[in-house]
Amino acid sequence: MRYLPHTDVDVQQMLDKIGVSNIDELFSGVPEDCRLKRPLDLPAAKSESEVLLSLRKLAEQNATTSQWDSFLGGGAYNHFIPSVIDQLISRSEFYTAYTPYQPEISQGTLQAIFEFQTLICQLTGMDVANASMYDGASACAEAVLLTVRAGKKRNKVLLSNALPPQYRETVTSYCRYLNVELIDIPLNSGTTDQDKLIELLDDQVAAVVVGYPNYFGLVEDIAAIAEHTHAHGARLVTAVPEPLALALFKSPGELGADVVVGEGQSFGVPLSFGGPGIGFFAVRKKDMRVLPGRLVGETLDQDGQRGFVLTLATREQHIRREKATSNICSNQGLCILMVSIYLALHGKQGLRQLAEVNYAKSAYAREKISQLDGFDVTFSGESFNEFVVTCQEPVAELKKRLEQQHILAGISLGRDYSELENGLLICVTEQNSREQIDRFVKVLAGGDAR
Amino acid sequence: MNTTSRGLVLDEDLLFEKSQPGRIGYSIAELDVPQVFPEGHFTRGEIADFPELSEVDVVRHYTRLSTWNYGVDSGFYPLGSCTMKYNPKVNEVAARFPGFSDIHPQTPEALNQGALKLMYCLQRDLEEVSGFPAMTLQPAAGAQGEFAGMLMIHAWHEANGQKRNKVIIPDTAHGTNPASAALCGYEVITVASDGVLSKEAVAAVMDDDVAALMVTNPNTLGLFEADIREICELVHERGGLVYADGANLNALMGISRPGDLGIDVMHFNLHKTFSTPHGGGGPGSGPVGVAEKLRPYLPVPVVVKDGDDYKLDYNLPDSIGRLKSFYGHFAILVRAYSYILSMGGEGLRRATELAVLNANYIRARLEGSYDLPNKQRSLHEVVFSEDALENDCHTLDVAKRLIDYGYHPPTIYFPLVVHGSLMIEPTETESKQAVDEFCDALLAIAEEAKVTPELLKQAPVRSKVKRLDEATAARKPKLRWGQD
Repeated sequence: MRYLPHTDVDVQQMLDKIGVSNIDELFSGVPEDCRLKRPLDLPAAKSESEVLLSLRKLAEQNATTSQWDSFLGGGAYNHFIPSVIDQLISRSEFYTAYTPYQPEISQGTLQAIFEFQTLICQLTGMDVANASMYDGASACAEAVLLTVRAGKKRNKVLLSNALPPQYRETVTSYCRYLNVELIDIPLNSGTTDQDKLIELLDDQVAAVVVGYPNYFGLVEDIAAIAEHTHAHGARLVTAVPEPLALALFKSPGELGADVVVGEGQSFGVPLSFGGPGIGFFAVRKKDMRVLPGRLVGETLDQDGQRGFVLTLATREQHIRREKATSNICSNQGLCILMVSIYLALHGKQGLRQLAEVNYAKSAYAREKISQLDGFDVTFSGESFNEFVVTCQEPVAELKKRLEQQHILAGISLGRDYSELENGLLICVTEQNSREQIDRFVKVLAGGDAR
Repeated sequence: MNTTSRGLVLDEDLLFEKSQPGRIGYSIAELDVPQVFPEGHFTRGEIADFPELSEVDVVRHYTRLSTWNYGVDSGFYPLGSCTMKYNPKVNEVAARFPGFSDIHPQTPEALNQGALKLMYCLQRDLEEVSGFPAMTLQPAAGAQGEFAGMLMIHAWHEANGQKRNKVIIPDTAHGTNPASAALCGYEVITVASDGVLSKEAVAAVMDDDVAALMVTNPNTLGLFEADIREICELVHERGGLVYADGANLNALMGISRPGDLGIDVMHFNLHKTFSTPHGGGGPGSGPVGVAEKLRPYLPVPVVVKDGDDYKLDYNLPDSIGRLKSFYGHFAILVRAYSYILSMGGEGLRRATELAVLNANYIRARLEGSYDLPNKQRSLHEVVFSEDALENDCHTLDVAKRLIDYGYHPPTIYFPLVVHGSLMIEPTETESKQAVDEFCDALLAIAEEAKVTPELLKQAPVRSKVKRLDEATAARKPKLRWGQD
């Protein structure tokens, strides 16, 4: 096997040095009754060309965003990925390294993380960001845990119903056996109902969690929500499933959020059927020492040269064990790199321009669809690159009809929102040309675009 | 001979320091729809200090950064407990097939049959390797797998009307074990082990409040927990369950299956045992195998086969729910599946055998020069202490000196039960020559500790930076550029 370098001569010499006569003896610590008495029932090894052939066959059975016109979003976004990214992350000094435990030979990873932390702070308008979490949903759950930890005896957390459902479900799992009471804040025209929020707030509330933009693509009034939240001494957690919006809309930090988490997949990370993504996590200075996850800090070496190290590790599981701020160990190292390269390439101007393109394309599609019979734009508020339409035709049938024309129409909202049974969540990005959008609209209206 | 030199090390500023106003590194197609803007009071001004760079700037920046790193492709990386085996390139190619990388998670199941089939087949293969009848691929990493497993254990007890609040964990365990148990609301009972865990030690703390025992097998000393069957029986008799940390599965493939030993739930680390790259810290992937009785509690959705169709099943009323968005780190799953196809069943067993051979060979070569506190037959890794080092030299000094010799150091100061641990895991993908050269380096360092200890104390001197001031970094944290 080409990954296994040992020759028979090597093996014999090694056994001789160890002082055993065969490899089996090395397993003498494994009792007989713990042994598997048969070979593993797995197919025989394939050659490289056979492996590629069988995997390509599987890959060809999937509908890709390159071959289909996709209007799917809902927490995973189809954005263009510049060629530079894959070329750079394929430097194996990056992808075959592990956690930078030995800083002297990990300065590449460490500086990249330090830059990532800075980029996330700039984008979110916050003071401190960590070296990433698994994804937006788990980052959101960790944010809830942070607020309960930091909120002393407060144990209620108010979750906006307009948070992505997968975020709410993840928070629920994380809090399942902890003393945390999760309370839903109902919707009002697709956004967090502020009157209900005010009713629900009391001095037991550790946090209010809202999406920005929310699951329906709408831009929540973070400033007002922050004001209500802070009036009761609670923290505002803002979850950002589509961070490109932050290049156009005011940052959550500027609007008063205490914790900003989100999903970085939009920034150069392939869709890959939903994973890996990358969670980002940013806080105010006051919460720096209760942050979960890794942190990189700047320091000097013995000669006074600038360098970077993992720091404030006394928060983490390998030091604090059951008293750690989280059980997380790994981060999304390679995805940090994708996001950072993406942001560095687009920079101050490009990211804004791209966000404006997304906004304009989505607005165009929304306007066109709103003119169709049988379709209404469900919520009128300001939105970024997603919007909801209410369809007269049953959504399942409509989606099937569009699939026949190679269009992935959007996400049915009925499963997660009974009140939106006829709702379709549509996402339009820079990847959707005007021609694609026009064809989409035509087919929605019952036309044939083949 | 593996040697190092002081080659050309290129300096590189931060992105923000290189930034030049007006420089761009992107191209966006001309807008083909009417330009419209949100109302002004919603919009932000420009992002202060956000970088402005050309494509060349960015390429050169990250290329230079990469040269300051050390990866498995650079050389031997015997980081104990992390299984830094070679990351096959064919896996990287396969994960980048557009049919895998460009699929949206909300695409209808009928249009994603290839992806679902891959997940289903990987589940089946992992079930065969581990002996568990059911599997979830959702957890993002080992620690999240532990969390998922402990949630399922909690849910099972709850369904049986049990209120148990304690989890037993040996002192050799990874830090994630107690942290994951605590996240499920459990109190952690630490039990001392003498190399391996004894039935008596477990019996002494096992009572009706104990929900589970969390055990790593082989443990972090590289020792197979020989009493594991009896220990599982004992825990089960008192109504508890047994969780296994599968971080060290690379020692067992084709040799022993945790699911056959009485263990109820175990996570895998695909980035260790199944060769997916560590990525500078992640993304990992932490599938979890469970015994039949825990199947109803698996995270949703689960991948199932229904006739000839593959489906995502959300209809598990007793499920612990979901742990993240969507279905797991699919791109990592592709790599792991590609690895299993390449290795076959026999190849996986051979990998385990050679990993254990390499570790035992290192042990044999170093035993006289480094202190080996646990003498039992060890498997895929070997843990030395710092006790044989002379002239006040410590494990940290040995590790730093290894850098000068051109190696990534082993894991140090873990497990906690060994004084100044030096935990070496070579994996099977290192040749005898590579292992010999590494041993030569460690033997030379042991000699230097006797004769020229300052070489250890000053090390490393050949790296990009010398030892860094970690104390100041923690006391006065500077965690971003541009602010003090």
